[in-house]
Amino acid sequence: MLAAEAVEAVQVTAENVGWFLRNAWIFPAIPALSFLLIILFGKRLPKKGAEIGITALSVVFACALVAGAQWISHVNAADAAHGTTTEEHGGHHGSEKSLGSLGRGVAAAAEGKDAKHAGAEPVETIWGENWWTIGGIEFSVGTLVDGMAVMMLFVVGLISLLVHVFSTDYVHGDVRYTHYFAFLSLFTASMLLLVLANNLVMFITAWELVGVCSFALIGHWWEEKKNSDAALKAFLTNRVGDMGLLVGMIALFFTAGGGKTFGILDINRAVVGGTVSQTALTVAALCLIAAVMSKSGQFFLHTWLPDAMAGPTPVSALIHAATMVVAGVYMVGRLYPVFFQGLDVAGSSFNVLALVGGLTTLVGGSLAFVQRDIKKVLAYSTVSQLGYMVMALGVGAWTAAMFHLFTHAFFKACLFLGSGSVSHACNHSFDMKYDMGGLRKYMPKTHATFLVGTLALAGLPLLSGFWSKDEILAGTGGLGLSTGANGTYHVMLIMGLATGGMTAAYMTRCYWLTFMGEWRGANSPNAHHGHGGHGGHDDHGHDAHAAHGHDDHGHDSHGHDAHDAHDAHGGLPHESGTRITTPLLILAVMAFLATFTNIPGKFSSYLGIPESWTLRFEHYVEPRADYFPKISHAEFSPALAVLSMVIAAVCAGAAIAYYRKVQSIDPLATEIADGPTTRIPLARAAYRVLENKFYLDHLYTGIIAGATKGPLARATDRFNQQVLDGVVNGAASVSRVAAGGLYTYVDQQVVDGVVNASGAGASEAGGVLRKLQTGRIQAYAGLMFAAAAVLAGIFVLVI
Amino acid sequence: MWLNQFLILGALLFCIGVYGVLARRNGVMVLMSIELILNSVNINLVAFGAFNGTPVGQVFALFVIAVAAAEVGVGLAIVLLIYRNRTSIDLDAADLLKG
Repeated sequence: MLAAEAVEAVQVTAENVGWFLRNAWIFPAIPALSFLLIILFGKRLPKKGAEIGITALSVVFACALVAGAQWISHVNAADAAHGTTTEEHGGHHGSEKSLGSLGRGVAAAAEGKDAKHAGAEPVETIWGENWWTIGGIEFSVGTLVDGMAVMMLFVVGLISLLVHVFSTDYVHGDVRYTHYFAFLSLFTASMLLLVLANNLVMFITAWELVGVCSFALIGHWWEEKKNSDAALKAFLTNRVGDMGLLVGMIALFFTAGGGKTFGILDINRAVVGGTVSQTALTVAALCLIAAVMSKSGQFFLHTWLPDAMAGPTPVSALIHAATMVVAGVYMVGRLYPVFFQGLDVAGSSFNVLALVGGLTTLVGGSLAFVQRDIKKVLAYSTVSQLGYMVMALGVGAWTAAMFHLFTHAFFKACLFLGSGSVSHACNHSFDMKYDMGGLRKYMPKTHATFLVGTLALAGLPLLSGFWSKDEILAGTGGLGLSTGANGTYHVMLIMGLATGGMTAAYMTRCYWLTFMGEWRGANSPNAHHGHGGHGGHDDHGHDAHAAHGHDDHGHDSHGHDAHDAHDAHGGLPHESGTRITTPLLILAVMAFLATFTNIPGKFSSYLGIPESWTLRFEHYVEPRADYFPKISHAEFSPALAVLSMVIAAVCAGAAIAYYRKVQSIDPLATEIADGPTTRIPLARAAYRVLENKFYLDHLYTGIIAGATKGPLARATDRFNQQVLDGVVNGAASVSRVAAGGLYTYVDQQVVDGVVNASGAGASEAGGVLRKLQTGRIQAYAGLMFAAAAVLAGIFVLVI
Repeated sequence: MWLNQFLILGALLFCIGVYGVLARRNGVMVLMSIELILNSVNINLVAFGAFNGTPVGQVFALFVIAVAAAEVGVGLAIVLLIYRNRTSIDLDAADLLKG
């Protein structure tokens, strides 16, 4: 491609860029306004502020759809302008309009690989002259809209809207209901700001803002110490990584930014242009990886993410599954040239980013096996899937990572909201072993949507998770199973395949324990303490609930419908209301539909579908302008797809066989009483390691914090007692001595001496002078005349 | 040349007056000596006025004579009071202000 042609194409389209792309500031502005309105007026409104949030998010989502359509036409226009100058792309633009009508903000079209630089330039709008100026450097505020930003607008808008709707039922009657919705709005605003930031200063601002919202929402039920501890842990763990972001950002500012700019496009262009030293890029990339590790829950800073499940379930779905935790992945995607070149991704078979991601998939996947809490299973699964995304970025499969981010957002949000619905039915408990089982009979809608989510996550073909995972595995280029990848990451492929198997197995376990078998809640040790029958608590009694802390997560409240159901069934589980099931259905449908956004290119020949229907996601989302490195794209590999399918099927089958055997012995059992983990010492040891989460929490709180805290406290005490107190005491005794000296020598002798001497002097002078006062008039007159004579003498002689 | 004679006369009168003020113990004599001093000044004023051809000296001398009359009036009253208290006008005895 000639650069001039690309520039020409851009100029043709730049004037016709859609309004929402040029004015993307409205996306964060609307929920920010909603936040203010809810905080100020929410409590006085009939729906306690929820209606403002839902209205705002509906507007945002509608705008995101329009922005998506405008972006598609922006790319199409660039393609068309490009197509007139070259013949080879002439025939691929016919059916794109119909693809846009699939109803999603982001679809894709045409073959991406050959069309490099045929796509549209990003839309960058800088508003306001500058944010502030310091040391002659202007910090501007602006939006940067490109394919991935538009994709994120759609994801955040949709999931946030659905979570708002879900929450109106789920946290109904909560003490801080209005506050909850206000923070949902603030979070959405911050996340959209993060997505749209065009420079790193804005980016880190939004990054911290989402962290604060996450903190506030995890600690929503802060009356229980466990919850506020989890919130603090999330916040503090993130601080560790934020330091990396700050350092990396500054490193980029002085190298790629030339000490003049934080602009993301400027930095990326400088890196792609090859003017930045390799060492600087490596250092910056390593610092930024620390930020990814904390924000996106990568091994070994992932420990906060499972604890963050202490927050309300919709918050977990929105923040800790679909949007905020992918901020790290998004950041790598945004600054991809830095990582691609700084870590030498192309042509290599190993790098730090891929290793972090690969380890995370394994760690998250293995820990998900031993959790009894359904949300913790999903949390570790999220850790594992985020690991997939980071690994994909590490091996150069940028599009696969973004595609997995896209699909994962839907099916994981679906699973989280599903777990919320389940807990709603089961005494507000999340304990799979004691309170669940057999729910498919009672909750058909939740069951169906949860099953779709499970299958998508486990990697059943036709559902979106399979395709995105497969693209990542193909992108590793390992073991010679796929072609066209950037490098040959054998280890990463093996890690990915192993995790695929584990995912299938632990999700089967989770699904089985929750929905299959018989309901165990009636005999649950968790079930009846403090409840006194479900009819006994009304909608406004939840502050009392919060104060008693009667179960793990149990401040979720029922709507009136739910109560009727409770009463009717005498405590049996019941299906949730429509405000809970509708979002589930929409997300399940999206988990299915997302498949079609990125059909592998080879399927056009397999199935005879038009070539312009394949790889749409890649076409529209992946930047092709000069600010993005030239990455290559792996081809779909049938062998690899079959292999991963077989692994997943075998693992899922093994899990099913295990649970069938368990329940053939006792329908209420959840595990074999004398299983391998009790019989075989090695298995028992492995189980204990997993149960203790690889002892990472022990490492952090016990060893690192403990080892730091004790000696630090003692050293501080010693410092306090000896140095600080010594200084204070020393100063006091010095001043005492000085004061004594001052009194004895200065006050007593100098000051008093002066006073006494002046008295004595006056007395003696008086004694001398009194002799002059004879009282005789003639003596006075004599003095007067003498003085007059002297003065006259002076007058005459001198003057 | 003729101015010097008046100035010498004034100086002589002044010296006699000063001697009288300092040396005489009689209060009336001291007052009279003060008159001598004042009149020596008057001679000087008139002499300088005539010498410069201006009447200002004589006018000033008239003022001095008026003030001297008042002064003598006050002075004689004081002397009279001293005499009534002490039956003496010896100034050496009137030393109540002695320090």
